Amino acid sequence: MTDTERHEADVLVIGAGGAGLRAAIEARERGLRVAIVCKSLFGKAHTVMAEGGCAAAMGNVAEKDSWQVHFRDTMRGGKFLNSWRMAELHAQEAPDRVWELETWGALFDRTADGRIHQRNFGGHTYPRLAHVGDRTGLELIRTLQQRIVALQQADHAETGDHESRLRVFAECTVTELLTDGGAVAGAFGYWRESGRFVVFTAPAVVLATGGIGKSFQVTSNSWEYTGDGQALALRAGADLVDMEFVQFHPTGMVWPPSVKGILVTEGVRGDGGVLRNSRGERFMFGYVPDVFKGQYAQTEDEADRWYDDQDANRRTPDLLPRDEVARAINTEVKEGRGSKHGGVLLDIASRLPAEEIKRRLPSMYHQFKELADVDITAEPMEVGPTCHYVMGGIDVDPDTGATAVPGLFAAGECAGGMHGSNRLGGNSLSDLLVFGRRAGIGAADHVGGLAARGGRRPAVHDEDVDAAAELALAPFARAAGGVDEDGAAGENPYALHADLQRTMNDLVGIIRTEAEMTAALDRLAGLRARLRDVVVEGHRQYNPGWHLALDLRNMLMVGEAVASSALRRTESRGGHTRDDYPTLDARWRHRVLVTHTRTDGPADPVVPRVAVDVAERDPMRPDLFALFELEELEKYYTPAELTAHPEGGTP
Amino acid sequence: MTGPSDSRVVRVWRGDADDGELVDFQVEAHEGEVVLDVLHRIQATQAPDLAIRWNCKAGKCGSCSAEINGRPRLLCMTRMSVFTQYDEIVITPLRTFPVIRDLVTDVSFNYTKAREIPAFVPPPGLGPGEYRMAQADVERSQEFRKCIECFLCQDVCHVVRDHEENKSAFAGPRHLMRVAELEMHPLDTADRVPAVQDQHGLGLCNITKCCTEVCPEGIKITDNALIPMKERVADRRYDPLVWLGRTISRRRD
Amino acid sequence: MTHLVRRILAPEFGAHGVHSRGRAAIGSGTVRLDNWWRAPAATTAGLLVFLLYGGFRAFQQQYFFADERYLTPFYSPCVSLGCASEPGSAHFGMFLPDNPLIPYAALSLPFLLGFRLTCYYYRKAYYRSIWLAPAACAVPEPHATYTGETRLPLILQNVHRYFFYVALLVSLVNTYDAIVAFKHPTDGFVVGVGNIVLLVNVALLWCYTVSCHSCRHVTGGRLKHFSKHPVRYWLWTKVSALNTRHMLFAWVTLGTLVLTDLYIALVAAGTVTDLRLVG
Ligand SMILES: Cc1cc2nc3c(=O)[nH]c(=O)nc-3n(C[C@H](O)[C@H](O)[C@H](O)COP(=O)(O)OP(=O)(O)OC[C@H]3O[C@@H](n4cnc5c(N)ncnc54)[C@H](O)[C@@H]3O)c2cc1C
Ligand code: SF4
Ligand code: SF4
Ligand code: FES
Ligand code: FES
Repeated sequence: MTDTERHEADVLVIGAGGAGLRAAIEARERGLRVAIVCKSLFGKAHTVMAEGGCAAAMGNVAEKDSWQVHFRDTMRGGKFLNSWRMAELHAQEAPDRVWELETWGALFDRTADGRIHQRNFGGHTYPRLAHVGDRTGLELIRTLQQRIVALQQADHAETGDHESRLRVFAECTVTELLTDGGAVAGAFGYWRESGRFVVFTAPAVVLATGGIGKSFQVTSNSWEYTGDGQALALRAGADLVDMEFVQFHPTGMVWPPSVKGILVTEGVRGDGGVLRNSRGERFMFGYVPDVFKGQYAQTEDEADRWYDDQDANRRTPDLLPRDEVARAINTEVKEGRGSKHGGVLLDIASRLPAEEIKRRLPSMYHQFKELADVDITAEPMEVGPTCHYVMGGIDVDPDTGATAVPGLFAAGECAGGMHGSNRLGGNSLSDLLVFGRRAGIGAADHVGGLAARGGRRPAVHDEDVDAAAELALAPFARAAGGVDEDGAAGENPYALHADLQRTMNDLVGIIRTEAEMTAALDRLAGLRARLRDVVVEGHRQYNPGWHLALDLRNMLMVGEAVASSALRRTESRGGHTRDDYPTLDARWRHRVLVTHTRTDGPADPVVPRVAVDVAERDPMRPDLFALFELEELEKYYTPAELTAHPEGGTP
Repeated sequence: MTGPSDSRVVRVWRGDADDGELVDFQVEAHEGEVVLDVLHRIQATQAPDLAIRWNCKAGKCGSCSAEINGRPRLLCMTRMSVFTQYDEIVITPLRTFPVIRDLVTDVSFNYTKAREIPAFVPPPGLGPGEYRMAQADVERSQEFRKCIECFLCQDVCHVVRDHEENKSAFAGPRHLMRVAELEMHPLDTADRVPAVQDQHGLGLCNITKCCTEVCPEGIKITDNALIPMKERVADRRYDPLVWLGRTISRRRD
Repeated sequence: MTHLVRRILAPEFGAHGVHSRGRAAIGSGTVRLDNWWRAPAATTAGLLVFLLYGGFRAFQQQYFFADERYLTPFYSPCVSLGCASEPGSAHFGMFLPDNPLIPYAALSLPFLLGFRLTCYYYRKAYYRSIWLAPAACAVPEPHATYTGETRLPLILQNVHRYFFYVALLVSLVNTYDAIVAFKHPTDGFVVGVGNIVLLVNVALLWCYTVSCHSCRHVTGGRLKHFSKHPVRYWLWTKVSALNTRHMLFAWVTLGTLVLTDLYIALVAAGTVTDLRLVG
């Protein structure tokens, strides 16, 4: 371990999406030196792809909206499994976070009186999503990026160096967190461009690495979503929660095959689009589950009137939470009422004038025109479920984003708890801002606290760096040997990845059974063995084969976490649907499944093995509990739990 | 492309900063595929270390910029069906920026330039939540904010593509447009007109519109950003009377 | 042929531009295989035809006034003493000396030429086609250095706005010409094919002039808050809509100018007779 490049910072932020950038801005504004690392170029993180909007109860369009209503919608959407404290903070702080973006230059679409316009989305009682056409994520990430530039300009004016307090390390992948006596000390990674290694030392690290969707075959997620943060946290000693909850977005493109999975924003339905099966029926009216009975329109007429008069009418069931819609589509297709290419039809053409569609949904128009040769102002789109988001993630303290590992924080999609068993559309972008900021504060306070206590900063140990380097180079070492001892040729990382994606898609997908998940775990064990034989060609400079080989470690670990958790939860709830346990079970509502690395049994340094335990969720604070009608809670809670409600349940 | 699946020869430039060459790959192309799909197939089956940048595969992130048959394009938004069976398909990296490897170039020029444009200056005394802007007033800047930073316009602009020496004086269309965006932002309070000419090199642009031609977002960069900025500079600088006055006074000292 | 043209238009230049150190070593300056040279070639041809025709006609000093009422736009306003050769052709007086080197419309032609020379569209057109900077996108330009519009003389392009103001006046004059052409000195109110020709021509000239980028700027583009100036905003949206077709109007008006002038010249020369529709 001699000449690895080293960089030092007060706070290291891994991930340059909405959560990471917001955390970095906060830590820098509190006077700390911040390093931001990301796998892609700056500004290309997944957040850029978000379309529909950012949920915040600003009440610009519907005055009756308030944080309490938003809180209730979030808990309902998550089927009451959410970390209620996170849902509370999120609902309360989201408006401030959105308004703050305006002061940094964001330009959201406006209402007639000049305020931020808000649109309807699934599961939200009122129009609540701040948006810019259907490219809200782009606006969000660009604004944060430009805020970072603004702070760098201020630093330049003061110190003569743009990067004196905020430095971005783009196209640099972290493969391991480094710890010192259990506390986080930094991170180890490689430059994609040169393949050279780099070590960051920092007493506080914020993980903001996003999701895991690239483990599934049909997904709206990019190559970046390989569950790195989740796996890094596990290996460093932190826990994951709720990993069985994976959101399948109901509307992904289904044709042509090469674009299968690419997202069709929920904004299409929010703005009037409706789902139909091959017989032309608006089938969603038949799929309103008991827990939502009474909250959704029962006739097409009422649903259509709702767009204009939301007080006198109930909303269309096309806007049920995503898990419900995805399951409904799945059933329609399975029962033979699907469209030509195995989806259903999403029709906006007959509902809005062509010009209006192009104005409100420009990138959807463009996407279908360019990729599928479909003019959405004239014909319906073919859509079907696609793996989209992971509700589960790193277990964090709601207020500070702190994990169980001292100095390690997490925010954004890679953190768990906030969305319970199912995320509402638009709640992610606001989540990034609210908890990104909070993790930034948490990290800054941690560093400040360390200094105040006169504590020593954790140090990076050379042997850890050496071990990380050796693991990272292993695929080349095998290549140098040509073939392994048995004379078998090495594994191709692309083939391995394809097998993993098929396994997760087919066996741990939208509808699950015990037999399938057991089979999935078997297959994952097989893949784990094959990963040891992975061989990459070429050299270290910008070598995607090598990058994938290293990402596979994380995908496998996270895949096992998802499958093991899903096997354990014997009920259906939100993003977790079991064919063998098809209903909600109130006894599972308060239980969360915690994934951690296993300490027993044989150790596997490449892909450490994981185990899942059951833990209890704290009961909701009484004032929050009282925000719900007893009648509604009865659908989710056990009678014993309801005694805590002011109207008191009968025990 | 005719049938649902075809075998094609695709020529891809492979190499690094020192040297490189066009390499022919015989590869399948299926119905509905884009060039990026075909490159991924080459990666998975023939050249696992072929360097490409991509993320969203839906024209939203601006990562997969390259040149196809000599024209700057997004790999993920160029359908194979635009080429006939007889067309040659040549894929090269962006040619205005230093190459790193294969189709990946060093685009740091663009990030450096971004940092040279002074940030949004909000009006004093207006707190968060108090901003009021009419839709009509934000629409012009919103068009520019559609930019996905693919840097295809920066790549095609002859000012820097053909003249390396202009790189220090010229921000490029993407960033000149950023100045226009702030200039037209209803609440930005900074004066950006002198700098756009003197520091960011608007005068180097000869409005030949290649940036507009290649922009995958269809932003009318030249008509809506660059020319209006030139007109603003004209307001300030090239009013003949003002100009005459200044020339005379300069003669005097 | 293609290859020959490509070699002439896109020569390889040492370590310049796309061949600079560090950039991908691709060999040829462009790998474009399409007929990219067609557009600049056609532009050059089009501009040349117009300049030759216009130049010839401007100095011909004959056949510019037909049927005692049609004045061709190339001679409007007719302010030379020479206009006396065609009584009734001078609507605004005669004061310039009659000299073969001074066009009869010497008062307007330089400004109209200046208007079109500094027009944002024509700039693009001749920078690309005549100056080859660049001939087509991603095709290397053949100049070792490039300073754009930062120095004399090209910095003068920035005065386009003032040519626009003059062009507005000239358009008014052309409109006046088109209107008075309905009045025959002896027959009174008449309508002939020539009237239609003049009207169409002047309408298109207005489209070209009003769709000018400077016009777009002064009507509303320079405002920061459209919402505070509803009338100017409305005007701006209309001008903007025309502006998207500015290139089209630029070419169409070159065509109509030539055709209008040709028609009047032919009528004046007696080669064709103007058809009377009314009167
Ligand atoms: C198509 C699409 C549309 C969506 N639409 C909406 C919507 O309308 N509303 C909404 O609220 N949500 C939406 N979402 C969800 C939302 O966009 C994401 O959940 C959110 O952007 C995640 O943000 P993040 O900051 O957590 O992570 P990301 O933005 O994904 O950023 C992750 C960052 O971590 C970096 N990273 C990852 N691993 C490593 C590593 N090992 N080393 C270094 N860096 C690493 C990546 O490079 C990246 O910079 C959408 C998602 C998709 C895919
Ligand atoms: S219009 Fe200007 S900025 Fe755009 S490509 Fe041409 S010279 Fe460059
Ligand atoms: S303006 Fe258009 S071409 Fe230029 S970087 Fe932005 S999206 Fe790309
Ligand atoms: S991959 Fe995102 S634009 Fe092509
Ligand atoms: S006349 Fe063409 S831009 Fe003014």
